[in-house]
Amino acid sequence: MRHLARLLARPEVGALAAAFVIFGFFLLVAPSFRSWASFCTVLYQSSTIGIVAVGVGLLMIGGEFDLSAGVITISAGLVNSMFCWYFGVNLWAGALLSLLFCLLVGFLNGWLVTRTGIPSFLITLGTFFVLQGANLGVTKLVTGSVSSRDISAIDGYGSLQRIFASSSTLGSATVWITVLWWVLFVGLAAWTSRRTRIGNWIYAVGGSAASARAVGVPVTRTKIGLFMTVSFLGWFVGMHSLYRFNTLQAGNGVGNEFLYIIAAVVGGTLLTGGFGNALGSAIGAFIFGTTSLGIVYAGWDPNWFKAFLGVMLLLAVLVNTYVKRLATSSAGFSRSVSPEGEPT
Amino acid sequence: MTEPLVELIGVGRNYGPIRALHGVDLRVRAGEVTCVLGDNGAGKSTLIKIISGLHPHTSGSLRVDGEDRHFGSPREALDLGIATVYQDLAVVPLMEVWRNFFLGSELTSGRFPLAGMRVREMKRIADQELRKMGIVVADLDQPIGTLSGGQRQCVAIARAVYFGARVLILDEPTAALGVKQSGVVLKYIAAARDAGLGVILITHNPQHAYLVGDHFVILKLGTAVLDAQRGGVTLKDLTTQMAGGDEIAELARELERPS
Repeated sequence: MRHLARLLARPEVGALAAAFVIFGFFLLVAPSFRSWASFCTVLYQSSTIGIVAVGVGLLMIGGEFDLSAGVITISAGLVNSMFCWYFGVNLWAGALLSLLFCLLVGFLNGWLVTRTGIPSFLITLGTFFVLQGANLGVTKLVTGSVSSRDISAIDGYGSLQRIFASSSTLGSATVWITVLWWVLFVGLAAWTSRRTRIGNWIYAVGGSAASARAVGVPVTRTKIGLFMTVSFLGWFVGMHSLYRFNTLQAGNGVGNEFLYIIAAVVGGTLLTGGFGNALGSAIGAFIFGTTSLGIVYAGWDPNWFKAFLGVMLLLAVLVNTYVKRLATSSAGFSRSVSPEGEPT
Repeated sequence: MTEPLVELIGVGRNYGPIRALHGVDLRVRAGEVTCVLGDNGAGKSTLIKIISGLHPHTSGSLRVDGEDRHFGSPREALDLGIATVYQDLAVVPLMEVWRNFFLGSELTSGRFPLAGMRVREMKRIADQELRKMGIVVADLDQPIGTLSGGQRQCVAIARAVYFGARVLILDEPTAALGVKQSGVVLKYIAAARDAGLGVILITHNPQHAYLVGDHFVILKLGTAVLDAQRGGVTLKDLTTQMAGGDEIAELARELERPS
C-alpha cells in the first residue's frame, strides 16, 4: 500500500498512464496510425517540442516561467540566416553568433527576474514581444519580405544540416536526428536534476528560494543558468528549423511557449516550482506528438487539437495538485518514530 | 573566561530612515546558550540577519574570533562556522530528507559541474547524524514536509552541527510547536551546547529560555534593556520584563480593581 502511494506520488506516473491511453486510443481509431513509420513521425513531432520542453520543465521546477521560449527559436534561426546572407559569411559564424545572442537573451531574462524580483511571467512576456516584433521588423528591413532568404548555397550548410536536420531511413520509416538529440537532452536533464549538486539546487530554488539562500545555495546563479538553458535549447530547435526548411517565416514560433509549458505540466511539473522531472516533460511532449498526428491520421478536423490540449492541461493540473498533497502529507508514508518510540 | 566566538559591540542597523536596531552588545561563548528575548518588532530578526550574513550592520562592529567582519552573504557567515536555523525557512518541504540535510553542501564525486553526488554516502551520513540526535526517520527518501515541525527543526539543527557550525543561531525554534515537541527541541539545544557550540536562542518564551539559557538579553524597540548572566536574573524578572516591565506595573495601577 505504501509502495503504491509512493509510486503515485512520482511526478510522471499520471502522464505515463495518459500517454498509454491516448496512444492506444489512436491505434484503435486510426488504422494508418498503426505503423512503424507513423510512430517515427510521432517521435519527430514530439522531439521538436520536447527539446525545449525539457528545459522549460527544469525552469519550472526552479520556480520560473519563460514565455519567450517559443519565439526565440525563430529569432535564433533568423539571426543565423540573415547575418550570413547579408554579409556573405560562412554559416558557422552565424550559428555561433546566434548561440551567443540566445544565451544573452536567456541571461537577460534571468538577470532581470532575479535582480528586480518582478515575476518571470511579466519579464519574459516583455522579451517575448520584443523578439516577436524584432523578428518581423528586422527581417523586413534586411530582406524586404517577412521570410528569410534561402541559405542552402552558403558555405557550411552541409555540415550544419547534418548536425541539426539530417534524417536516415530505418526500415520503412524516416528517423530524424532531432529524436536522438531529444533523447540525449532528456537523459542529460534527468541526470543533472536527480544526481548532481546543480539538480539539488534547482529543486531547492523552486521549492523555497529563501531556505535555499539561507543554506548557501547560489539562488541567482541557478536561476540565470536555467533561463540560459532554455534559450540554449530554443537556439537548438531554431537551428533545426532553419537547416530543415532553409528559409524561415519571421512570424512563426508564437504560441509554442505554451506547448512547452503544457508538456511540462502534463508531465507532472508543478506550476509553483520544486516538483517535477525531466522524464515527465518528455512524456508530456510525446502526448503532444501523439495527439497532433493522431487527429490527422484519424481524419478529424485538426482544429480540435487545441481543445484537446486544453482538456489535457486541466486534467493534469488537477492530478498534480492531488499528487502534491499526497507527497507533502504523511498519508503515503509510515510516520517516523520519536526517541520515546511513540509515533509523533 | 574564554574568548567569545562572536562579539557584537554597539551594533545597529537602519533600513532607510527606520532604526531597527541600535547599540546592541552581545557575546557568544562556546558551550553557552545566549538567549535573545523580545516582543514582536523588538529587533530580534534584524539581529539574526546581521549575525547570519543576510543583512549587514550599518553601525558598530561584529567580531568573529576577535576579528572585525562585515558579511556580504550567508555563505561568508557559514564559512566561519555560523549557521542559522530559521523558524519558517529551515527546509525545502518537497525535497527528500537526505537532500535537505546536504542542501548547499552536497558531496560530489568531482569538481566537474555535472559530477554525480555520492548519494549512498549522503544517505548513510544523514541517517547516522539524525540517529545521533535521536531522530529515526523511517524513510530518508520521504519529502521533509511529511515530518512534524519539531522533527524538521531537529534535522536542521543536526545538519548545522554536522557541517561544523561553531555558532548556532536558532530563530524561534519552539514558537510553532506543542509542549512535547518543544521539549524535544530544547533537549537538542542542550545537546548542541554540551557538544561545545555557542548557541544563540531567539525566543519570546521566557520559560523556554530559562530552561536552557546561560545568558539573557532582552531587546525592546531595537535596544537591549536587560543583559544578565543566569545567576543575575530570575525567571520572574525575565517574565516581568518580557510582559512589559514598568509599563505593566503602570498599567496594573491604572486598571486597579478591588480585590
